Amino acid sequence: MIVKITIDGQAINAREGDTIVDVAAQNGVYIPTLCYTKGKPCLGTCRTCSVNVDGRVMAACTIPVREGMEIDVNGAEITDMRKALVELLFSEGNHNCPSCEKSGRCELQATGYEVDMMVSRFPYRFTPRVVDHASKTIWLERDRCIFCQRCVEFVRDKETDQKIFSIKGRGTQASIEIDVDLANKMSANQVCEASDLCPVGCIIDKTQGFDVPIGKRKFEVKTIRERALEGTHR
Amino acid sequence: MNKKIQVLLEKYNSDKTRLMDMLWDVQNQQGYISEEAVTSLAEGLNMSPLDIRETLSFYHFFKDRPFGQHKIYLCNTVIAKMGNYEEVRATLEQETNTSFGNVDDSGTFGLGDANCIGLSDQEPAMMVDHVVFTKLTAEKVINVISQLKQGKTAVEIANPEGADSKYSAYINAMVAENIRTESKVMFKAGRDYKAIQKACLDKHPEQVIMTITESNLKGRGGAGFPTGLKWKMGHDAEGAEKYVICNADEGEPGTFKDRVLLSHSPKDVLLGMIAAAYAIGSRHGILYLRAEYWYLKDYLQQQIQDFRDEGLLGKQILGTAFEFDIRIQMGAGAYVCGDETALIESCEGKRGTPRVKPPYPIQQGYLGMPTSVNNVETLAIASRIVEEGSAWFSAMGTDESTGTRLLSVSGDCDKPGIYEIEWGTTLNEVLSMIGAVNAKYVQISGPAGDSLSVSKDGERKFCYSDLSCNGSLMVFDNTRDILGIVRDYTEFFVEESCGICVPCRAGGVDLQHKMERIIDGRGCQQDLDEIIQWSKLLKGTSRCGLGTAAPNPILATLDKFPEIYQEKLIEQKGPLLPSFNMEEAMSAHDLAYKHLVQEDAE
Repeated sequence: MIVKITIDGQAINAREGDTIVDVAAQNGVYIPTLCYTKGKPCLGTCRTCSVNVDGRVMAACTIPVREGMEIDVNGAEITDMRKALVELLFSEGNHNCPSCEKSGRCELQATGYEVDMMVSRFPYRFTPRVVDHASKTIWLERDRCIFCQRCVEFVRDKETDQKIFSIKGRGTQASIEIDVDLANKMSANQVCEASDLCPVGCIIDKTQGFDVPIGKRKFEVKTIRERALEGTHR
Repeated sequence: MNKKIQVLLEKYNSDKTRLMDMLWDVQNQQGYISEEAVTSLAEGLNMSPLDIRETLSFYHFFKDRPFGQHKIYLCNTVIAKMGNYEEVRATLEQETNTSFGNVDDSGTFGLGDANCIGLSDQEPAMMVDHVVFTKLTAEKVINVISQLKQGKTAVEIANPEGADSKYSAYINAMVAENIRTESKVMFKAGRDYKAIQKACLDKHPEQVIMTITESNLKGRGGAGFPTGLKWKMGHDAEGAEKYVICNADEGEPGTFKDRVLLSHSPKDVLLGMIAAAYAIGSRHGILYLRAEYWYLKDYLQQQIQDFRDEGLLGKQILGTAFEFDIRIQMGAGAYVCGDETALIESCEGKRGTPRVKPPYPIQQGYLGMPTSVNNVETLAIASRIVEEGSAWFSAMGTDESTGTRLLSVSGDCDKPGIYEIEWGTTLNEVLSMIGAVNAKYVQISGPAGDSLSVSKDGERKFCYSDLSCNGSLMVFDNTRDILGIVRDYTEFFVEESCGICVPCRAGGVDLQHKMERIIDGRGCQQDLDEIIQWSKLLKGTSRCGLGTAAPNPILATLDKFPEIYQEKLIEQKGPLLPSFNMEEAMSAHDLAYKHLVQEDAE
């Protein structure tokens, strides 16, 4: 069924049940996302896609469109909220883009550019986080984890369907964990997929280095916004 | 595989949704959940060991290393700290020969902090191995610890008469009920449950729903969702199974009414669950009981058994085709599980992480099936409405907020305890009822709720359109340090954040740090302005009620008592915030230089 909604005042016909984030992209309105993966169950963890729906702030990836919805994406206040959420992630973890293998392919970095972030308004916390390099093929760089939960939910052992990645502890004590035995069973292809699924440089494929030169990396040749709008980002 | 674990797996049919129960069984048998136990459980449930740890590490009371033969948790809420808390705490450390967060050398005592354990009317209070000790004094602590050292169990000490844990004498040996008002709706004595249920089953489920709808009963957990509408949606929802869950995860600091309802009128609650089940067409009920109320477990189990024996639960109830039974699910210490979707996740053996909504539980809840989650008080009231009719109920209270509500009263007043008030009662009326003479500040609905100034809000009414109190009412007189209370509440939300979403997990910490800066007298107006802006971010973008409520203590007290904030602010001179310490910042550079350059060179 087709429903009529507005996004930033623009009248739009959309298929009922499609999520706001997809409908917006189809109509040329970019909403930043970090945990969202098209076609997969919505995670709703990063909140970076927050928009204003009929006067209430909601995560656009979690909300299906309904008849008559009025959605404000680019109003000043909501735009600043999204920016603040990205800034929170930069100050919570330890993100040093220049030395990161994922630079140029990192969704957090690319989104930082899109929301015009210069520096985090929140104090940088410099929390010590320990690297886990016990697996043969994966380097788990916890400094960069943003707890999006993509790896936790979507990467499974092919044989047993068990979780390879998991979260330990809660709140500020939470950390991302890797089951070394299961990780060592992962095929090269699966490792590559997991590393690619990670929006930041937390899951690093040990066999791959800085293989693409600066200026030719994923989001350098085409921005995350352009990719999201043409539906090729995720 | 470990033999004991094998027995456990058989007991629960290797059903991973029962992981919470299995972890409790392991801990109760072995004192903690060992690496070996985790590996065996993982093997038996086809999960990775780390997947087991996801659940295990989420809950405050699960321990993956030895935490003493006796696990002692002292409640550390604002209310607990109003009395002789510090003395009790110091005595505990002295007598057990260890410090909080640790175990003594002999491995006998583990000391831990606990958030509200539902005993705010009799603090200081502590949990020891699933039982509680209230109104603690140094002498009482010395006595309890020395008896434990002599080899007595906590149960033997708390319950010297040896009352059976299946009966109320056992509970009454430990805690006082403190019901201070005459019964209006709740706590009615001498009810004929069989007759009431018979009358209920004689009606069509839709008639039951209609009665509840007409009574205008709203959920007493806090959100105030119309109960009749929830049941109607549950009735209309499609599902191979449907579930009724009683939310007895009463974690909001200052609340203890559900504890008293469950100990004084448990069958009211069970009957409410049965009515809900009949209304929506459910065969399975779960009573989710917080671990802090472990001492109610056997008693409630017996109450359920009584109902089974009388034919009010089980198959072919009262000779009809209606079938329904209830199991108790123990929590393990997580405030966030009060959120109905987090509670459902916990019932499924997982981390208590609130789900993304929609879908709502009434559409897809426990095991993906339509689930009606109702508060203890809501269910108890529903059982009374089913008995007396909607007109009887809606004659009480106001037009929009019908009936009564229970208040759990604590803090600076003569008579803390449980009060049943009709909606429409004013704050001043309540204060006079409870004997609060010098009250200045009242926190209603716990830290997640609202802060009231007695001089400004005294004539406001308790009702859904004004003071929609969830039952917690904490009173503070003019000698109390309001900012200190706010600091405590803000820290509480950081501690209890599940961490699933960014604003609550990360933003809560920044809010806490800013608040500390203000309290320490290092903050300026800009800091205060940023607190307000960041609060908006948390309120707007957090995934569940915990994150959206986390800034409430600050915002509400700032609104009611702006002067106490203003007094703390210092003037900003120049472009830097006054809290910026140049010397400290430079010393960090010196330290880094020493580590990275000088030591390398050497």
